[in-house]
Amino acid sequence: MIKAYYIFRKDLLQEFKTRFAMNAILLFAVVTLSAVSFAIGTFTARQEVLSALLWIILFFSSMSGLSHIFVKEEEAKTADTLKLVASASAIFLGKFLFNIVLLFLLEIIVVPLFIALMNFNVQNYLLLFFTLFIGSFGLAGGGTMVAAIISKSGAKGALFTVLSFPILLPVLVSGISATKIASQEQGWMTAYSELQTLFAFSVVIITASILLFDFVWNE
Amino acid sequence: MIFLKFLLYVWMVLVLLGAFFYAPLAKGLGEYTRVMYFHVPMAWITTLTFLIGAIYSILYLRKKDIRYDYYSETANQLGLLFALLATITGSIWAKMSWGAFWNWDPRETSIFILLLIYAAYFALRSAIEQQDRKAALSAVYDILAFVTVPFFIFIVPRIYSSLHPDPLINTQGKVTMNGKMQLVFFNSLLAFTMVYFWMLKNKLEVIKLKMKLKQLES
Repeated sequence: MIKAYYIFRKDLLQEFKTRFAMNAILLFAVVTLSAVSFAIGTFTARQEVLSALLWIILFFSSMSGLSHIFVKEEEAKTADTLKLVASASAIFLGKFLFNIVLLFLLEIIVVPLFIALMNFNVQNYLLLFFTLFIGSFGLAGGGTMVAAIISKSGAKGALFTVLSFPILLPVLVSGISATKIASQEQGWMTAYSELQTLFAFSVVIITASILLFDFVWNE
Repeated sequence: MIFLKFLLYVWMVLVLLGAFFYAPLAKGLGEYTRVMYFHVPMAWITTLTFLIGAIYSILYLRKKDIRYDYYSETANQLGLLFALLATITGSIWAKMSWGAFWNWDPRETSIFILLLIYAAYFALRSAIEQQDRKAALSAVYDILAFVTVPFFIFIVPRIYSSLHPDPLINTQGKVTMNGKMQLVFFNSLLAFTMVYFWMLKNKLEVIKLKMKLKQLES
């Protein structure tokens, strides 16, 4: 576990030197957000449409940055050295931790902007926060694993979204549904099954990733 | 073996005749309900063959024998074929019963995602040159994809109300068909499963021969 933390710190320090992933992901989010905002213009869209748009922005911005974590190791040819230092599961946990911090950062910046720009009324802020929190675990878990697969294959950029989208769709579907509920009513009970799905999916995908990562990493 | 093949042929002919002429119609529904005798077996074989593909992927990761990679590729190829057939037969039902070939019912969404997943699997396969790397990465992706399949098949259609008639494995655990319908239905299910296993066996045989040929050449 301590090794996972070291890996996480190393990636964080490295990130602050270049700020590549952070810039890519945040700028992508801002660009998409303004594109959506221009497209909708002065008339306000319905809450259902807005909650779907929020998740689409979050999903595609995370797709632009999450793969960097493994691709950079392959590009700098540091993957083999990393193999010597730590076990596969420690590396996965460290990288996963980094990606989830990246996603939280993205959400902290994009979600308030979205609420302000798109006139998105939220009735239940706690539910929205909770949905985003659990959803991030699923997104980061699946995204990190697919990033590892991608970094080992030849084609790097294009395949990442294609491979992640179908796997991460349960997060997207139940996330959109829970966000819609958060924007429409105060209660928690109606969003219960969505939160359950999000939680179950995150647990399943993270467990499967930890078990399978060894085969990708030491290939 | 030839005898078994002929038996399968006769059986399939009987199933086809039974589906169109012998089985009575469900009360209050039109002729289009007969698509059920083809749609449900297709959907069932899709699940079965993706399961077999995932098992071969696990076997590959454990044994590192390239043969299992070919096997799982074959099972997934057949899975894509049957998923497509299930989508088409389901679409025909949807047109007759709901009025449109496609309207994003939760069931339709989930089979669409299933098609997307396995299309992505073959895209990944075609992107990697090195054989053992291709085998390992696609096996991992196959297993990762397979653990998300239950979410599409069982959980998402439960959360969002679907117009789809109760699937075979429903919550009440009962079959709402009369005797003649049941006879044709279960025969169709079994016969199509046998056809699937026959197809799989032939494809696996071809792979074995190809590997033997490669061995002789080298």
